[in-house]
Formats: sequence, structure tokens, C-alpha cells
Amino acid sequence: MALAPSSIEWALAVVFLPLAGALLCFLAPRRAAALGLTIAALTAASTLGLTLEVVVAGTQRTVLGGWGAPLGIVWLADGLSVTLMAMTAAVGVAVSVYAAAYFRDEHTERAFFWPLWLLLWTALNALFLSADLFNLYVTLELMGFAAASLTALGGSAAAVSGAIRYLLVSVLGSLFYLLGVALIYHACGTVDIALVAACIGDAPRPAVQAAVGVMFAGLMLKTALFPFHFWLPPAHGSAPAPVSAVLSALVVKASFYLLLRLWIDVLGGGGRWLAELLGLLGAAAVIWGSVLALRQERLKLLIAYSTVAQIGYFFMAFPLALAGDSAAWTGALYLALAHGLAKAAMFLTAGNLMRFGGHDRIAELDRAVHRLPLTLTAFTLAGVSIMGLPPSGGFIGKWLMLEAAFRQERFGLAVVMLLGGALAAAYVFKVVGHAFTPAVRSRRERKIPAAMEWSALLLAVVAILLGLTLPMIWPLLQIGGPAAALSAAGAATGAVA
Amino acid sequence: MTQPVFWALVGMALVVIGLYGLIVHAHLLRKILALNVISSGVFLVFIALARRAPRDGAAISPGPDPVPQAMVLTGIVVAVAATGLAVALIVRLRAMTGRTTLGDEADN
Repeated sequence: MALAPSSIEWALAVVFLPLAGALLCFLAPRRAAALGLTIAALTAASTLGLTLEVVVAGTQRTVLGGWGAPLGIVWLADGLSVTLMAMTAAVGVAVSVYAAAYFRDEHTERAFFWPLWLLLWTALNALFLSADLFNLYVTLELMGFAAASLTALGGSAAAVSGAIRYLLVSVLGSLFYLLGVALIYHACGTVDIALVAACIGDAPRPAVQAAVGVMFAGLMLKTALFPFHFWLPPAHGSAPAPVSAVLSALVVKASFYLLLRLWIDVLGGGGRWLAELLGLLGAAAVIWGSVLALRQERLKLLIAYSTVAQIGYFFMAFPLALAGDSAAWTGALYLALAHGLAKAAMFLTAGNLMRFGGHDRIAELDRAVHRLPLTLTAFTLAGVSIMGLPPSGGFIGKWLMLEAAFRQERFGLAVVMLLGGALAAAYVFKVVGHAFTPAVRSRRERKIPAAMEWSALLLAVVAILLGLTLPMIWPLLQIGGPAAALSAAGAATGAVA
Repeated sequence: MTQPVFWALVGMALVVIGLYGLIVHAHLLRKILALNVISSGVFLVFIALARRAPRDGAAISPGPDPVPQAMVLTGIVVAVAATGLAVALIVRLRAMTGRTTLGDEADN
């Protein structure tokens, strides 16, 4: 597509705006907050523009510099990628507003937060747009570096060692992914997703199987699927609140998105045993993550373990989609969207409570509900979506997956989903309950800026409203590449397996 | 054994050695070195096994394929950046706690 002067290239805008913003914020740290907020608003507007363009005109292709595949870089915006970019933009705007208030008095942290956060946003959007495996590797690494640096932002020893652990895991996962790319290049002689998908059927099977094995292992590590979740709670629990929000809401989704792309677009539905293994690990993650969340005494760690549990649900869609049930994918994606919004809201409220009381020990929340009613409302609304109660987005996602499970008589998976919901209710009410009871000794309090309370509340409300917009989002998810593939993937699986 | 397969196996051996080192050594600098060994192995596999036209029937294209070399060059840049960032974080950790290993930070 040539650069027509009359039309705006939204796909370029959603990547290069935050990139330019990151550089500007780095150069002018004193004005970082104002610059960052402006850039965040512009990026969100461009994402909206791109989404509308995809809704109206279907999948958008951008050939960077006029160099097409297989040598050049092609960006592809289809329904799946714009949906995730829209979620990123919603969380991004709320987190930016929150961060502007959160870092108001902390000059060093503010100077480093804005460039890194905008760089992370750049990497996420570039990842969602990329249509070749190597470009995906580069964006994956960009995302990992920005995320690891953000984790260290707090500056404490816990934050730095959480960041180191996160960086090591992230680089290892990316290297495994790259090894898979090398093997696929060996088999197909290209890294463009469409070309690889066309040749993968005729490619030598051992090379493809080895490639799939190492790529999935690497991405499972990065997505923190049980039993590779060990690095997530320390990293997400020790970062400042806005950072935990973007790490938990967006960064783990990006590597899950990549897994989904590989599974659907490249493999056309992988093997049966791999799907069952992913489903089993997902089920284990739901139970293990929820139980550990219930046992935590600190709010941020509770929320982090809840993320481990929620990631499990996404992976339970793999075995359910084997039988050609595209509703399972829609359910998992819906859960991913709802979790992104709700979990970001939860971490932001945790930041409010921590700023307010100077700690995040659940047992000493000390009637927070009377003193921070907006924050606790936001936490509870986000909790409703995490539990999967109607009419939240989490309910729709879980309902679609449960329906698929019952249709296929996979009662084991259905029981795990219901049990996970009950455990989620338990850990959310544990927090809410302590927020109603007075603590033994009262502590100092700090004022919370209104922007911090309202941004969390708005995100939580959006997570609830997501449950009412299924008729709008379902068709959007079907636009473009994965549209045919989403429903064909399961049907083709039997043949591949 | 053809030459590409030999070098690919050497690359895989490096990956395995690096993975072993990453798991057994607690010292963070050794972990960084282990990651670098893994990445060298991955790059070696990438270069050794590359071929441009798999469907032409020829098992290995006659000349070296420049595309994976360009990709590996990008990969090396990424690995250097990762090493730099990790070393900076380790220096910081050592300055704060005097440790160069990852401990249990549960009490903090």
C-alpha cells in the first residue's frame, strides 16, 4: 500500500507515535508527564482510527518502506490484532492518567517511567501488527526489555531481583522461540506467517515438530503458564502499581496472542496431544494459582497469583477448540480482554490502598471501604469480572468456554472452571471482607488524588460493560486472517494429529 | 554427516550446555554467560541450517543464504542489549545488598 497523502496510515501511527513519545519523554524528563499523557491520548485515538478502518474495510496490510514479503516487513491488522490493540489502548490511557498522579512527587521514577512505558506500548502494538516470525521475535524482546526495566523502577532490592529474574526468564523464552524460528526457516525458507502456513504441510515433520516444541516451551515460559509461573508473582508484586497493572494486563497477553497466532495461523490447529497438554497445564494453573492467591497475606501478591490462575483459563481453550468449536476461542479471547481490564483496575486499586495506608497487608486494610469508597468499588467490580459473575466480560468468556465444554462432554474441564470461579470469589471476598473490618491499630493515612481513584474505577466499569458488548466484539474478532482459520482450525486438527 | 547438520548439532550442544549452566549456577554473572552460550548456539543452528529454496529439490542451496545472517546480526544486537541491561541490574543489586545471587525476597 503506497503512502497516500489523503488518508492517514493508522497502523504506522499506533507504533511510531508512542516510539516518538518515548524518545521525547527521555529527552525532556521535566515535561515527561504532560508529553506522555498527550502521546497516550494520540496513540489511543490512532488505535480507534485503525479499529474503525478494519471494521469498515476489513484486514489492513501495511508494507513498510514498500518492501514486501518475503524480504521486507509486512504489518497486518485484522480483527484479532485490533481487538487486542484496543484493549491495550483502554488500559494504556487509564494507566497513563493514573501514573501522572502516582509519580507526581517522585522525580526519578517519573523520568524513567514515561519513556519505558511508551516503549512498552510501542512494542505491544508492533507485536500485535507483525506478520512475520522474526519480526515477532524482535518485538517480543523489545517488550521484554521495557517490561524488565519497568519492574526495576521501584528501586528496592526486591524490585531489582524481581527484574533480574524476569529478564532472565524473558530472554530464555525468546531464545527458545528464536530456535523455533531457525528450524522453521530451515523447513520453509521464509519467516512470513502466510508463506510459512502454506508450506508447513509439505515441510519435513521432525523439523516442524521440534520447532513447535521449542516455540511453545519458550512462549509458555513467557506467558507464565503453570509450572513456569515462578517468576511472575515476585516481578508483578514488587513493581510500582501502574507497572504491575500493565505487566499483568498486557504483557502476558502478548505472548499468549503469539501462541494463538502460531496455533491458528501457522499450524492451522496443532496436534491433539499438545492441545491436551496445554489444557491440562491450564487446569492445573487455575487450581494452583487460585489456592495460592487465597493463601497470600499481601494484596499485590494475591492479585499476582490470581493472574497465574486466570492465564490457566486461556489455555483450557486449546483442547476445547480441537473439535472445531470456535466458540472456545472466542471465550478465551473474551476472558483475556476482560482479565486485561479487570486486572489492571485491581492493581491500580492496590496502588491506592498501598499509598493510603503505607502497606498492602490484607489483614490490616482497616475499614478502607469507608475511607476509600471509590477504590473499593473499583476493586469489587473488577473482582466480579474475575469471578465471572454476570453481566461482566469475564462471565461471557467463561460462559462461552463452559458451554463448549458441556457440548463436548468435557466435564473435567467444566468442573475446574467452576471451581476456579468459586476460589476466585473466595479470594476477592477475603480482601473485601477485611476492608470492612477495623484493624487492631490504626496507621497514618495519605490523601489519594482523585485521578488515581477514578482511573481504576473507569477500567473496572469497562470490564463490566464488556459483557454487554458481545454483539459488537464477536464480529470484530472474525475479521480477517483468523476468521476462516478460527473455525477451520479445529476441523483441520484431526487431520494433523 | 553433512557439514550443516554437524554445525547444527554443535549449536544444539551449546544450547544444552548453556541451559544446564543457567539452571545449576546461582551466581548471576554465570547465568548471564549461560544465556549468551545459549544464544550463540541458537545463532549457529540458524546459520547452519538456513537454505533459501527448499522446494527446488536441492537439499542445500549452493551459496550461503544472506537473510538468516542479517537476522542473526539483529539477534546479536538483541543479545548484547540484554547482557548490558542484566549486568547493570546485577551491579545495582550488588551495590544494594552485597549479593550476586537471587535470594528469597519474601520478607521485603
